[in-house]
Amino acid sequence: MYVFVVSFLMYVLLVWSGGTIPAVEIGIGLFVAIVAALLFRAWKPDRHWHLRGLNPIRWFWFLYYIFGPFAKGLLTANIDVAKRVITGEIRPGIVKVNPGLTNDLSKTLLADSITLTPGTLTVDIDDDGNYYVHWIYVTDENPTGEDIYGPFGLWARRLAE
Amino acid sequence: MAVLVVILFVAICLFFNLLGVVSLFRFPDVYTRLHGATKCTTFGTLFAAFAVIAHSVARYFATGEVRFLVLIIHTLVAAGALLVTNATGAHALARASHRSGIMPAQAVVDRLEERESEKGGATA
Repeated sequence: MYVFVVSFLMYVLLVWSGGTIPAVEIGIGLFVAIVAALLFRAWKPDRHWHLRGLNPIRWFWFLYYIFGPFAKGLLTANIDVAKRVITGEIRPGIVKVNPGLTNDLSKTLLADSITLTPGTLTVDIDDDGNYYVHWIYVTDENPTGEDIYGPFGLWARRLAE
Repeated sequence: MAVLVVILFVAICLFFNLLGVVSLFRFPDVYTRLHGATKCTTFGTLFAAFAVIAHSVARYFATGEVRFLVLIIHTLVAAGALLVTNATGAHALARASHRSGIMPAQAVVDRLEERESEKGGATA
């Protein structure tokens, strides 16, 4: 259901060019969205047609996350990397950290957040939920989650668990 | 006024994209280069999108033409897609490199390598 609604809305949004949308475009949008939803269902049969992903409160928090903590992380990450590009001061290594997330969406969200935020890049995730993170300046060889991703673990849990 | 904002955004965009390029030459191996190539170019290109949005907003209020509104929507979609795909692409590259046996240069610690040797080679 979630895939259907989002792909349909996205299609209509991209088709809209001022004025009304012709009926044939709505038809194509519906067709594409149904195909996408059925494909997703065939790929992950255990996902039911639940409405949880459409909850506007979650979307609100998601937008808040993107424009609040995530944007701040992105900014500091860039200043940090810019500094390292100029000074060449690095101490790289791959560390292991386990945030204890269980669901695919929250794992993806955290992995992407780690990659775009200060000095870290997710390399691999194993079946136990351990993240292998490439860290550009290792300060601690056995770090806690907080050292790597700050508040993002809590955010991933709140938004997607 | 709007022109100044657009120029500022384009300048930030060019500065960070340039740093991304410099990082490809400065850093020793694929992982550290990916840091520069993903973070700097994502951030820089986001500012290119902001410049387009600022320009469209100014033109929309000046002329009232709907096509500038459409341009804003399309740019926002592109920026969202950029945020997701850039991080995911970097992740895929790093993982593929490590599985192909490219080890991080100057690394002080490599937990992934330790796990793979426990399992007997990088075939996990």
